[in-house]
Parts: sequence; C-alpha cells; structure tokens
Amino acid sequence: MLQNKIQTDVCVVGAGHAGCEAALACARLGLDTVIFTVSVDSIALMPCNPNVGGTSKGHLVREIDALGGEMGKNIDKTFIQSKMLNKSKGPAVHSLRAQADKAEYSRQMRKVLENQEHLTIRQAEVCELLTESCENKPENCTATKRIVGVKTYTGAVYECKAVILCTGTYLKARCLCGEAITYTGPNGLQAANHLSDSLRSLGIELRRFKTGTPARMDGRTIDYSRMEEQFGDERVVPFSFSTDPEDVQIDQVSCWLTYTNEKTHEIIRANLDRSPIYAGIIEGTGPRYCPSIEDKVVKFADKDRHQVFIEPEGLHTNEMYVGGMSSSLPEDVQIAMYRTVPGLENCRIVRNAYAIEYDCIDARQLYPSLEFKDIAGLFSGGQFNGSSGYEEAAAQGLIAGINAAMMILGREPVILDRSQAYIGVLIDDLVTKKSLEPYRMMTSRAEYRLLLRQDNADLRLREIGCRTGLVSREVYEATLHKKELIEDEITRLKHTIVGAARENQDFLISHGSAELKTGMSLADLMCRPELSYEILSEIDRDRKPLPADVIEQVEIEIKYEGYLVRQQRQVEQFKKMERKRIPPDIDYNDVASLRLEARQKLIAYRPVSVGQASRISGVSPADISVLLVYLEKYGRQESNGSKE
Amino acid sequence: MYAEKRETIAAIATAVSDSGIGIVRISGDEAIPVADRIYRNARGEKALKQYDSHTIHYGFIVEEDGSVIDEVMLSVMKAPKSYTAEDTVEINCHGGILMMRKILDLVIRSGARAAEPGEFTKRAFLNGRIDLSEAEAVMDIIHAKNEFALKSSVRQLKGSVSDTVKEIRADLIHEIAFIEAALDDPEHFDLESEGYDEMLLRKIEKIDRQIQRLIHSADDGRILTEGINTVIVGKPNAGKSSLLNVLVGEERAIVTDVAGTTRDILEETVNIGGILFRILDTAGIRSTKDVVEKIGVERAAKAVSEADLVLYVIDSSVPFDENDKKILEMIKEKNTIVLLNKSDLSAVVSQDMIRSFLSGIKDLNVNTIIKTSTKDKMGIDLFLDTVREIFFRGDIAYNDEVYITNARHKEALQEAHESLMQVRQSIENRMPEDFYTIDMMSAYASLGRIIGEEVGEDLVNEIFGKFCMGK
Repeated sequence: MLQNKIQTDVCVVGAGHAGCEAALACARLGLDTVIFTVSVDSIALMPCNPNVGGTSKGHLVREIDALGGEMGKNIDKTFIQSKMLNKSKGPAVHSLRAQADKAEYSRQMRKVLENQEHLTIRQAEVCELLTESCENKPENCTATKRIVGVKTYTGAVYECKAVILCTGTYLKARCLCGEAITYTGPNGLQAANHLSDSLRSLGIELRRFKTGTPARMDGRTIDYSRMEEQFGDERVVPFSFSTDPEDVQIDQVSCWLTYTNEKTHEIIRANLDRSPIYAGIIEGTGPRYCPSIEDKVVKFADKDRHQVFIEPEGLHTNEMYVGGMSSSLPEDVQIAMYRTVPGLENCRIVRNAYAIEYDCIDARQLYPSLEFKDIAGLFSGGQFNGSSGYEEAAAQGLIAGINAAMMILGREPVILDRSQAYIGVLIDDLVTKKSLEPYRMMTSRAEYRLLLRQDNADLRLREIGCRTGLVSREVYEATLHKKELIEDEITRLKHTIVGAARENQDFLISHGSAELKTGMSLADLMCRPELSYEILSEIDRDRKPLPADVIEQVEIEIKYEGYLVRQQRQVEQFKKMERKRIPPDIDYNDVASLRLEARQKLIAYRPVSVGQASRISGVSPADISVLLVYLEKYGRQESNGSKE
Repeated sequence: MYAEKRETIAAIATAVSDSGIGIVRISGDEAIPVADRIYRNARGEKALKQYDSHTIHYGFIVEEDGSVIDEVMLSVMKAPKSYTAEDTVEINCHGGILMMRKILDLVIRSGARAAEPGEFTKRAFLNGRIDLSEAEAVMDIIHAKNEFALKSSVRQLKGSVSDTVKEIRADLIHEIAFIEAALDDPEHFDLESEGYDEMLLRKIEKIDRQIQRLIHSADDGRILTEGINTVIVGKPNAGKSSLLNVLVGEERAIVTDVAGTTRDILEETVNIGGILFRILDTAGIRSTKDVVEKIGVERAAKAVSEADLVLYVIDSSVPFDENDKKILEMIKEKNTIVLLNKSDLSAVVSQDMIRSFLSGIKDLNVNTIIKTSTKDKMGIDLFLDTVREIFFRGDIAYNDEVYITNARHKEALQEAHESLMQVRQSIENRMPEDFYTIDMMSAYASLGRIIGEEVGEDLVNEIFGKFCMGK
C-alpha cells in the first residue's frame, strides 16, 4: 500500500491551549512543526468558563508571557472585561482575571498559528505513535524507546524527532447528561478514540479523569434586574508585558451575580438518583475545586445558597455562561433547577450542562522537562497530564514545546524550579506528587509565593526566555534596564536620610505618622503602613520621575523587605537539595539501607534531584540522608575511577 | 515555608551507662562560639576561644544567669581533625543523665540544633573523614538510628502531648484554610468582615500559650516517657504487683511515679543501677467473659507487643494451664526474664518443667529463669544483677535517642512559637492576611515533626473539605 509520508521535526497532537503554545514555541525556535487537531475550528477553544486568569492562574499567564508564550498577548486582544483580584491583599496574591470573547480568542489564536513560519496546521486524528527501540542509547538515557513519527487515521505517516501530546479531554471522551451518554469530546466535537490503545501498547499507563461544565443560556431570556451587576476594573492592567497599557482601556461588559436557594437544592436532592455520578455511572475522578452543583448541595448541606455568576460568552452572541452550576443531571432536571434561580425563571438553555470523562496520565511518568521517562522524544502537556484549566495547560504546553525543541537542538532542557515560577510548582507537583483529581494551580501551593508575584514575572523569567530564544535580545535588555532602575532607586531611598526638621515633622503629623526623633531613611519611612512612595514625594526632593512598573517594584521590595529576605533565605536552603542531581542510571537496589517503601517509590518515579526525591511521599528524611551518603560514595568512586 | 535550619548540631554522644559520665557533643562552624557561651574555666573566665585544638580543659558549665550547673572536662577539636571534620567541642559531664539533658538543652538554647539520628556519622562521611569502604555501614547506622528514633518518638510521646499537638494543628490548619480559601476565591469568601484579625490574634495567642506550656513540660522532661519499656505479665495472683512493689520499695530513686492512665495498668519509673526502667504492671491474664477484664487483657497484650523487656511472673505453686500458653504466645518474640515466684511455697512447677514447656514454643527468647519470692525478697538481687547484665550486654536495645528526641521536640515547639510570634507581629503591623498564613504554615509544619506527620496535601484537603469552593 502506498503511504503518504511526510518529514518534519515536531508533531503536536491537539490544538488546545497547550498544543498552541507547544507548536508556536517549536516553530519560533526554527523547527518544522505540524499541529494536528480533529477540527481546525476548535483551535484554542474554551469549552468551559469564558475566563483567562484568576487567582494563581493569572500568575501563570504572566509567566507564560515572560517566557515568550502567546496566551497573555491573545487575551489582551480579545478580553471584554478585566479585574485585578485580591487588590486589598498583599501583592503576592494579586491576580488578574479577564472575561474572554471566546470566539474571538479562538479566531485570534488561529490567526497567529496560521501566520507562524515553520508551522503547519493539519486537521487529522493521530491514531498511532511510531517508535523504535533505543539500542544505541546516548549516555545517561534511560528510555527504552525513541519516537520516530505518528500515523493519522487516514493513513498518513509523519516522520519526526519529537511528538508533543496535548490531547486535552479528547481521548476516549464520553459526555454525560443524565441518562444521555454520547461518545464525544467537549462541545459535541469528535472524540479521539484510537490513540489510547497505541499509548497503552507503548507501556504508557492511562487513567480516567472527569470534569464538567454548566449550561449556556439564551441571554434574552434572563432577567438581569434580579441580579447584582459586576463591573470590570476602571483601569485595566494588561496580561502581557509587551502590551501597551493604553491599548487595553476598552468599554467593558458586565457579569451578573445571583444565588441558588432551598428550592433549587430540593430539586437536586430529589433527582440525585438520576445523576450519573451518584448513580455510579461515572468512573472518573472529578475535581474538588469546581464541584458540580449536585456535589455542593450534598457535601455542604448546611449552606442555604450558592453563588451563581452569569457571564457573557462573547460580544457577538447571546449565550451566557452560568458559572457555579455545572451539572450532569438530566436535561429536564437541569431546566427545572436553573429556573428556580432569581433572574433565570424564564431562561431557555442553548447548551446543556454535562460531565466529560477522558483518558489521561499520571504525570509521574514524565521528567520535569515533560518528556516521558521511558520514551525519548515523547513529550506531553495540559489536561492529558492530569491538570485542569486553560492556563495550566498553556504553561505546560509551552515548557513541553521548548524542551522538545531543546532536545532536537541538542541543548539543555528548560526546567523551572519551585522557587522560580508557578510553572515550576505546577510541573514539579504534577511529576512528583500523587494526585487523585485534575490538578489546579493555587497560590497556597507555592511555598515561596512572596517572591513569585505576577508583578515581577518579567524580572524572574525574561532572562530564561531570552536564553531559550523565544524572547528577543531587545526585550530582555529592556527588562535589564528596568531592573537597574529599581535597584538604583531602592539604594537611593535607603541612603537618603530625612532629618527631624520642622517641615518633615509637620508632614508626618499630617499623615498620622509618628514624629522623628533622629534621622531616618526614606526607605524606613516607607515601611510605615500609613506612608507610601507616593506620599513621600512631598519630602523627597531629589526624586526623578520613574515608570509606574518600576515604582511598583520599589514599593514592594521596600515595604515587605523583611518577609522577602526570609523567603530568599529559605530558597537558598531549598536550592542546595535541588542542585544535588541523581544520576539517571542509579540502581536503588544497591542502596541497601533505604526503607522498602522509599526504594519502591524511587525506582518507580526516578527523581532527577535529591530535592525532588524528598518531595515524594513515602521518602523520609532518613532515606534522604542515606541517599546523600550513597551519592557521595558514588561520586568518590567515579572520581577515583577517572583518575585511574 | 519551613524555618531555616541551623547547621551546628549537638547531641548526647554516649550511651546511657551506670558510670554516670556522659558526653555532650557539638559539631559545626559555630561549635566553639556556642560552647564559649556556656563554659567558664577553673577561674570562672570565658576562655574557650583561646584553646588550641586537641586540648582538654577543666571548668564549669554555666546557665545564662551565671549559675553553675555542672563541673566538666571539655575538649576542643578543630576542623578538619575531628570525627566529623568540623569544629567539635565535647563536654564530659558527670552529673548523670538528667544533667546531660540539662546541658544539651542549654547548648541548643545557645545556638546549636538537636542532631538528627545518625547525623554525626553522616557528616563524618560526607566530609570525607570516613573511608569509602565504610559507606554501607554509615548508611546502615543512619537507617537504624532513624527507625529507632521514629519508633521511640511515637511510642514514648505521651498521649496527652500528642493530643494537644494534634488539636493545635487542627486549629491552625482550619484558620489557614479559611484565609487561603478567601484568597483563592475572593468573590466567595470575605475576610473583610469586622473583627476577623482580632479574632485570629486571640486564637494565635491562645495556641501560643498551649505551645509554651508544652515547652515548659519539655524542660521538665514531661513530654516523653523515658526508660526501658518493661512489662510484667502473669496470671492473676502470680505476684506481679508484689514484684513491682518490691522494685519500687528496693530503690529509693524513683524518678517519677505516674499513675496509670488506664485503670488496669499501673506504671512506675524505677532506677536500677543507673538505668531507667518504665515498668508496667498489667492485669492478670486469664480467659474471661467479663468485659472489663477482657479489655484489661487486650491492653496487656498491646503493652507486651511494645515492650523492650518482659518480666513473666509464674506462681510456682500453681500448675501450668491454658492461660500460661496464652501468655507464652504473647511473649514468644520478646526479651523475657521468667520469675519463678512464690518459691517459698511448695513448688509444683520446677525450672525443668518450665524449660520443657517453653521449648515447645518456637523463637522464644527467654534469657533467664530466676527463682524468687517477692514475699521474703529472695532472688531479687540476682534478678537485678541479671537485668543489669543483659542491658549492658546490649540484649535490650535501649534507646538513648529518647533524650535527643526530647530536645528535638522542644526545638520544634520553639520554632512553632517563633512562627506564631511572627504571625502576631504581622497582624499588629496590619499586614495583609496572605502574610499570616506563611508563618502559620511554618508553625503547622514544625508541630508536625513532633508527631511524625508531614504537611503533604493537608491544606488543600482542608480547603476543599471545609469550604465550598469554585464556580
């Protein structure tokens, strides 16, 4: 049989948020890249909530942007409302969240992909991965197989050096709406039913996860007068460090807040037996952080109401998203339940709420580079890795894309650690810890969150972006310049001493601040809660005008210095263990004093560093001590060997 | 989220012995400054910093207020010529185990931290002092010491202490979860409500008072129960309680006498020739339908399973029966001393009979059979000698880790206290709430070390378990 055979560098399977970032990264690094999707119309589709960002997810988008990814730029072009959350809290938990015009978001991203050099879009279902055995293994390679291509359902073979799996929720997808079950992907799109078997035959272990989405309503049938209006911020902050803030000051749309009530809950309780989850039809594990309305009513029975957010799906549609009421109850129960909510009494459903189940992996099969430990050249990102959310997906897609490219180019992988980025926390958690549900980012998961702020993502990551090649030298130099301005201004404030002159005392009194007994630096004055950089301008005569983003950093660095220094010290401790690498060919059976449980876990998950090993549950501090001694012994033997 | 670790370590470096002399060892960059803070020479001067390496000196250990707590010989070994290849100070004290513990506490207060199990050996190896060929042995030591410490810290932590720690941690994680839930889902949970900060401040202060009480308990050694875990078993009326009374009465050096927490197990701590024994007297063992007695028997079985040493008291005037078989089954893998009691009465059970009876049980680890009479104290001296002998022969794996465990617990409590002080300061300085939880989490982690629990996914579980999250 004749085959359509094509040569390329990278194949990306799936064109959701992970796939788009992965493909763009590879193509931008000069590699010939093909991105496969079951439907070109579903590129960068947002099948669930119409938002980008949110607490901790906003951080991810900022980091993606600083590394040279696309998500931040794309939402800046297509948002219709934007809010900085937690503004009254510390800077570490400020998070940007935007409402997206879904269709526009998807269309814009498609445009970017279509115009990207080296990138080809292909509508086809990849049904098989092609590998060969890794006989002439490169040194330190523990994989037994190597990727050589993919095969599509229509018979084409794409020979390539790397494959990035970003299959989202499409693998053997099954959608449930009460008793009605369809074997489709999100939004009624075609599921990918063939690839799972190929993955299994390569030794990849798959599992089932579940998630869900609420109904979409016809906006004309909603009575907004019975709801609270929710506005965007007056002054919008862009996601991307490259977007001019003036370009995002647009007319924004509103969202609406309403509540469920006892009546709603009664209907749900009365029909629980018809819910596929409670009837036991769903086998997948759902996320606890966005429970279905059924789950909320059952698990939090003492609450007499739950919030419901009505959010527009875009500017050119009447469809409204009903946030907070995802469900897998049958259609007749859904409509009855929604109609009990104030403002939704006469609502008409456009799309039903449904639950979706899909195949994904336990990401402990991956290295922190997101390459499979056992299959060289195979990478994966997004919901396939057991995460949830567009932003989590995009972040992994970007890293998987970068590292596929690094591998092909013969360069070191880009691995962010927990002290560098939320992306580092996300990936480390996924590849190290056991997770029983789709993983969602949270600020509380980042132990060094005071340092990992959304406001300093550029200062943290532009350098890596530049080294990787996705951020231009020019952009990086602008960041360096910003850094310099910040440091100079902090130094100046620390060394400018304010004396106890009458005018200074009057100034302090007028701001409810204690008078000076002796001279004090401007920096120390700034630490007083009632004073700020701006207020101090009155008595700070040598001050030169500085950009707002520089002032913001100066203020944070000074006001929270004590806390930041403390975390910085903890980071240094942390880095010591991260830097202790574990050779990939280590034989844990040779380390007799490890406890059995620890040995089994270490053999199964092959951590790359002592730090990562210490985060595997079941590996105790004593096991880490034993491991350190073993590595020292190993190191001494190696150096003895090389002397001979 | 975890407090940084100080790198100079200290521990009691000698095994518990009846000599009463012991060594507190300090190792690390700060070893000399730390020891300098607490050591005075014979003339009462601070002189340690001038001493040459590998010299030994007579002097005193003094507390912060200048009061002398022990007369010591102190040796200084400077890096790299010491066991760990780090600056090392060894304090030879002779005030017995309680004094050693007091000195160790003082050393820790002065800037060292309690060594992890096997840490001196680990450092010696990592610093190149121990030959490559010894690597396996080093790993074995670390492994064994940790297993032992783990076992002892869980087993010897008093129930009331571990309950308090658990309670405090539950309180803490709940408040952390409340704040974090609000930070994660700000449109849903509101922290701005009136008086939350004041409420939290009061709660933090209450928790801190509980922690301080625990620190004081640790000072008095009341956190851990010390001593070789010894259990007396036998049928009812075999003379178990009399044996306990004789042991207690013989020895005036009763360290504590803790009333049994259960009505059917009595506990006494007895010092036999410088070795501490924690002796549990159990309910007599016989098959019974009486519920209360049944519970007593079950508890006895549990106590035996956790014991380092079992004293099996047999009434030699009563023949063997089913109950003895039951006891033998319980003790078959334990270090056991058999006491043939009531030897003043006409014996129906002889040593030979016991030997043949016991030989039927596989793996029975009976060290000695001794004829006693608790009534006229016959055989008691022989019994005490036997105990001492098997202890010093090392048959009873007694854990001197317990003293260092106490020090580690105290350190963890101290860290938790400091973290909470930080939280208090953040609240008082009107910092935003997200700053509080960072230090609250550190306190939570420190307390977890006491009861051997990691932080893991506790916070995320608490958030999702207690707060209805998400859209």
